[in-house]
Amino acid sequence: MKSKFISLILILIFIITFLIFYKGLKNSNIYTPNTNLEKEVPSFELKSFENDSIIISEKIFENNNYYFMNIWASWCIPCKVEHEFLMKLKNNEKIKLIGLNYKDNFKNASSFLNDLGNPYDLIVSDRDGTASIEWGAYGVPESFLIFQSKIIKRFIGPIKNEDLLEIQKLIR
Amino acid sequence: MKFIYTFLIVINILNFNLLKADEIKTENEIAKNLRCLICQGQSVYDSDSEFAISLKLVIKNKIQQGMSEEEIYSFLKMKYGEWILYDPVFNKNTYFLWLLPILIFLVGGAIITRKFYYKK
Amino acid sequence: MASLIGSYSLSFGLFFSVFIIFFSVRNLRDTKILDKKIISFTFTQFFFVVTSFFGLIISFINSDFSNETVFNHSHTTKPLFYKISGTWGNHEGSLLLWLLVLTLFISIFLIKSSQQPKNYRIFTLLFQQIIIIGFFIFLIKTSSPFNYLFPTPNEGLGLNPILQDPALAIHPPILYLGYVGSSIIFSSALAAMVTSHVSKEWAKHIKQWVLASWVFLTLGILLGSIWAYYELGWGGFWFWDPVENVSLMPWFALTTLLHCIIVLEKKKILTSWAMILSIATFALSMSGTFLVRSGILNSVHTFANDPERGLFILIFLFTLIFLSIFIFIFFHSGKDKKENNFFWLSKETSILVNNWFMMYFLSVVLIGTIYPIFLEVITTNKISVGPPFYNKLILPFLIPFLIAMAIGPNLNWVKSDFKDKFYMMIFFTISFLLSALIIKQFDINFLVNTILVTSAFFLFFSTLREFFVKRFKNLSQNIAHFGFSLLILSILFNNIFSNEVITNLKIGETFKTEKFTINFENIDQEDEKNFKAIIGKFNIQYLDGSSDILNPELRIYNQPNIITSEADIKTNLFTDKFMTMNYVQNQEYFNIRYQVKPFMIWIWISVLLITFGGSLSFFNKRYEI
Repeated sequence: MKSKFISLILILIFIITFLIFYKGLKNSNIYTPNTNLEKEVPSFELKSFENDSIIISEKIFENNNYYFMNIWASWCIPCKVEHEFLMKLKNNEKIKLIGLNYKDNFKNASSFLNDLGNPYDLIVSDRDGTASIEWGAYGVPESFLIFQSKIIKRFIGPIKNEDLLEIQKLIR
Repeated sequence: MKFIYTFLIVINILNFNLLKADEIKTENEIAKNLRCLICQGQSVYDSDSEFAISLKLVIKNKIQQGMSEEEIYSFLKMKYGEWILYDPVFNKNTYFLWLLPILIFLVGGAIITRKFYYKK
Repeated sequence: MASLIGSYSLSFGLFFSVFIIFFSVRNLRDTKILDKKIISFTFTQFFFVVTSFFGLIISFINSDFSNETVFNHSHTTKPLFYKISGTWGNHEGSLLLWLLVLTLFISIFLIKSSQQPKNYRIFTLLFQQIIIIGFFIFLIKTSSPFNYLFPTPNEGLGLNPILQDPALAIHPPILYLGYVGSSIIFSSALAAMVTSHVSKEWAKHIKQWVLASWVFLTLGILLGSIWAYYELGWGGFWFWDPVENVSLMPWFALTTLLHCIIVLEKKKILTSWAMILSIATFALSMSGTFLVRSGILNSVHTFANDPERGLFILIFLFTLIFLSIFIFIFFHSGKDKKENNFFWLSKETSILVNNWFMMYFLSVVLIGTIYPIFLEVITTNKISVGPPFYNKLILPFLIPFLIAMAIGPNLNWVKSDFKDKFYMMIFFTISFLLSALIIKQFDINFLVNTILVTSAFFLFFSTLREFFVKRFKNLSQNIAHFGFSLLILSILFNNIFSNEVITNLKIGETFKTEKFTINFENIDQEDEKNFKAIIGKFNIQYLDGSSDILNPELRIYNQPNIITSEADIKTNLFTDKFMTMNYVQNQEYFNIRYQVKPFMIWIWISVLLITFGGSLSFFNKRYEI
């Protein structure tokens, strides 16, 4: 009787385990962070891209304006893919584009912009990648939509056309 | 407490190298306890990805700014979520994780001792 | 052509399962002797799988890119050795290898078990056929290694360069010998229950299989670990990565079984426990396959993630588990109750204590590995379980485990006294003083580390003494236990004494620590057949005036286009010096990792000693308990 009871429990445990593994199979094992979190913009102090003057984050983000901060690098291939969408976004006057140049050198980065066009209103450079960590970023490319000093939406990986439409909807 | 602080500062001034060695040690310790988020099952310490190299730099800077190990963990947890910590926090999500093995150990011990006899 | 033959052989092999099952079932009632046809059919099936496997190897050697597997994992410029090892360096080929070993082992089993009852042999064959059929279908349906590609590509995609390594070339076959060996234990345990053959004779006969699987599994894990150390360039040998864990879990179960079967062989007690362990060992091997191949876990080993494959193994695995639970409940009678009590101090008890701790370690690893999956499914929270968790839960329990391991083998069966109390006390005192002296030198937690090192030293000295006292009696066990003490000691010292630096250096720069100075002197470039090498020259100077030159490499492979870093390792008996150099995007500096790792080589040696102990017991019964 007792052993029957134990076996029954055992079978139950295995059935539950099976179901959980079955569901687990469908989950992705790649980390996907929440992209809709409202978070304060982290403050930073970075060198400007063009010259060595220091730019403080508080000076950049004014309250009643939309900002689109894009982490990019000339060596990053997906960045080339998303570039055309950034150029389209540049035409929208309601939003300002901030570029965060990630682990790049000036020469390569400026020839990248010369070739493909410069969508940014302002570029700051993150030579060693530490500022991106403060933003909770994973790598390049990654972008943040900012309003009233808050991150309202986050885009991991290159921007696609749908993302562009979504941004235009959000800032209307 | 104050005594220890002054003592530490004196050591600080006298022996910069020693402190540096300690810093390296904590730095490595912290990096080993963090998951490299863009890698497959690697710690930040083990990984050589751009993300991991930058994160190691951040850890180094934070230590030099005087942040403690715990503060760095909570800073990163805030930025990246619990997924980044290799040492799971003990909370309601992880009660079973920490206690189930111990429970199994105790049950095992109980089963074995019930089979014993002591009389000679 | 070779692919075509391979593909057909596979189908023929599956077809032969029908014959084997048909004749086996008929033979169950008919005669007293095993039908010779069954054996020849089993060998024919094995022959077909071998043909299929060679078909794949030949496709790899000929770089036949009309075969999808070859196209995905090979390249014409690859050295012949890695073309061959590439055969099992991928999901499809490795499954074919599984199948090969499955059929090989059941053939060997049929030959070697001629002394055993006929029906027990047939049932073992039948249960094994269930597994074999499962793998055949899995292979043919979801992961055929012989998919045809048209038009035929001119060049393959190449094998990931980090897999092009001698240790990794033989790691999978050896590991699979261990995993698949456990399938024989599983089938024969089920068969023994069905035919009521759970006896001392059975234990004696299956112990050989347990030993063989255990030796191969241990060696397989060792090879994987060596590969990780030399090739991954992280400077460690064990990372508590899920894939490592899934190989460790069957190892724990198998080690437990190995000890438990000794009791069963001597006294015919603990039969139910031995059955559970036999089933668990294989179930754990299979769950390992599931966890790795389904991509459910985030791990270094990335096989192509395919939920369909995962689902198949999952259903197959649970079918086997439910089948074995069913057989256990309805066929197994725990008739050994009258003898089921032990005197608290006896060899039986000490083995039970071993089982107890082993099961605990197993549960820690098991829970740590699968808990995140459970949590995510139930609450959608994602957590990571890493080295700190395992260290915290395993290290404290290692202390009583080591001490019990030192005392246990000296106890008598049935009833015992503590023996050699005097020596034990002496050894313990020496161990403690020695450890305290060593640990005091370092700025680490004194109490925990001292006790840990003490218990490891205690086992070390006790087993060392037994070589002189017992001579050849229990030699195999003694060597294995001595090896284990050496392993724990080397791991502990490796951790405590290691010195590590990660820094960014430009050419010409130096980096100073209190113990050494690293001087980045220059870099060289070399062109090889399938990669370009950038070789750094580092001069490391130590306080005592000695110095080392280390040359870590960056390799830029052309097919596939991957940058890897090759560690430069200087090994001697006492310490390893380990250096890697990594490329950082758009910076003038390189990321340098330098580690001084003491007693590294002793970790490998001690595991070899452990397996040597096991093999000795396999080949020569004289040295057994």
